Amino acid sequence: MMNNSLKVELYSKKAKRQMSLILIAIIGIYIYTSIATESSLFDFIDGWSGFERVAKDLFPPNWSYAPQVWEYLAETIQMAIIATTFAAICSVPIFLLSAANLFPNKWIHQPVRFMMNVLRTIPDILLAVIFVGIFGVGVFPGIMALFIFSLGILAKLMYETIESIDLNPLEAIRASGGNTLQVIWYAVLPQVLPQFVSFGLYVFEVNVRASVVLGFVGAGGIGLLLQQQVSFFNYPRVMTIIIIIFIAVVIIDYISNKIRERLV
Amino acid sequence: MEQKLSLNKKRTTKQWIQYSVIAAAIIALYLWTFIGIDIRWSRVFSERSIDNFGRVIPQLFSPDWSAFGKVMALMWQTLQMAYTGTLLAAILAIPFGFFAASNMVKSKALNTFSKWALDAIRAFPELVLALMFVAAIGPAPFAGVLAIAIGSIGMLGKLYCEVIESIDMNVVEALEANGANKLQVLFYGIIPQIIPEFLSYAIYRFEIDVRASTILGIIGAGGIGTLITIATQNRNWDEVGMILLVIVVVVTIIDTLSAMIRKRIV
Repeated sequence: MMNNSLKVELYSKKAKRQMSLILIAIIGIYIYTSIATESSLFDFIDGWSGFERVAKDLFPPNWSYAPQVWEYLAETIQMAIIATTFAAICSVPIFLLSAANLFPNKWIHQPVRFMMNVLRTIPDILLAVIFVGIFGVGVFPGIMALFIFSLGILAKLMYETIESIDLNPLEAIRASGGNTLQVIWYAVLPQVLPQFVSFGLYVFEVNVRASVVLGFVGAGGIGLLLQQQVSFFNYPRVMTIIIIIFIAVVIIDYISNKIRERLV
Repeated sequence: MEQKLSLNKKRTTKQWIQYSVIAAAIIALYLWTFIGIDIRWSRVFSERSIDNFGRVIPQLFSPDWSAFGKVMALMWQTLQMAYTGTLLAAILAIPFGFFAASNMVKSKALNTFSKWALDAIRAFPELVLALMFVAAIGPAPFAGVLAIAIGSIGMLGKLYCEVIESIDMNVVEALEANGANKLQVLFYGIIPQIIPEFLSYAIYRFEIDVRASTILGIIGAGGIGTLITIATQNRNWDEVGMILLVIVVVVTIIDTLSAMIRKRIV
């Protein structure tokens, strides 16, 4: 009865040492990066008066300004609708070509995928900066930026969906003499249509959020107003804009989620 | 007797009404959009745009290598900002995740409130948060770090909550039945189950935050975006090309590394 209180450790000594090392590394890197970017707790305390000032100035919001905001909010949503619609249409050939089960030839689907992967790494607002440089200030560069960015997302989501579909209908149509177009039309599209609409709505949500900020670089939408009012230090108006953006985004997300739940 | 097989099923009157209402709503939405939008086509396809196009695009594809050092230094700062912000968010999101999880906190009001708070955070684009932080503390990387930290709590908190709600509660009950106190249940029953997924999601969020921090500088919140504004104002499109190249390569490397690490963890 001497040694019955044998202690069983949950983790082995080696695992414990490994975890401690990782933890120390994470904390070490954090200390370095927070000092390098001047973002430590001390900087937070230093900046506190600034936060307090802005937070106080933001209230109460100036509601008499709201009517002027609507027009720009509408423009923001319209930009997102146009960009999403055209991206959805143009993404069809791209995602069909990137699906390995439709085009098994490596020289077809790999280059298309590679291009879309590159497109997706470019932030939409950076595309907007370039298009503003070419086409000048306005909504068109904004729509172009959203369009190209959505193309990348939609293509990826869709070819992954196509690669996971049921292949039996495809084979059946091929076996009865259907060509590639007929296979796509009768066997592939009916299977992926609900997902396509659902992803389209998802991309629309993303685009609404993105087009809110495109105005910062002169690419149209509500962001223009927001940046103007911040630079005028007119914080009650800033708060009005922020609240309106918030409500619009929440409502659009809610509707889009409800539709997507019913679809898939 | 010839019979044409139709793939469409017969629709009832009720369905027809439903479809017409949906179609009408969609048509109305598109009419509103295309009538309301103000694209000045004459300006979009003016002589100047075509000139710009011929000048900007070739320069974008011939990056200015003399700017490489400068661009890399700011990209390094971007990564530091993303790391600092993500780690802060990964820690700050933990209490949100626990309060929102219905199997941890047995209070419907607290669950709903936490979930609502997380949804509210996710509704804000990071750049809007960054704009407010720049207004508060001036143009500095710290403003960007804060925007990343706050903005990431929304997604991480929600994912954490889902992880916590999906853990095996039998382990927790077994520990409680054996007389373990709350702290012991947490350390031996809950944490071992959630750590790998928490880590994996935090690393995934780091990927997103690297992308997000590349543009924060456009409004003065630090990182490589600062350079984008300067280069485009001076119409140094070959420098913008260099920045683009660095962003594409670094983001791709980070994504690949992160996917590898996440595969090993979970």
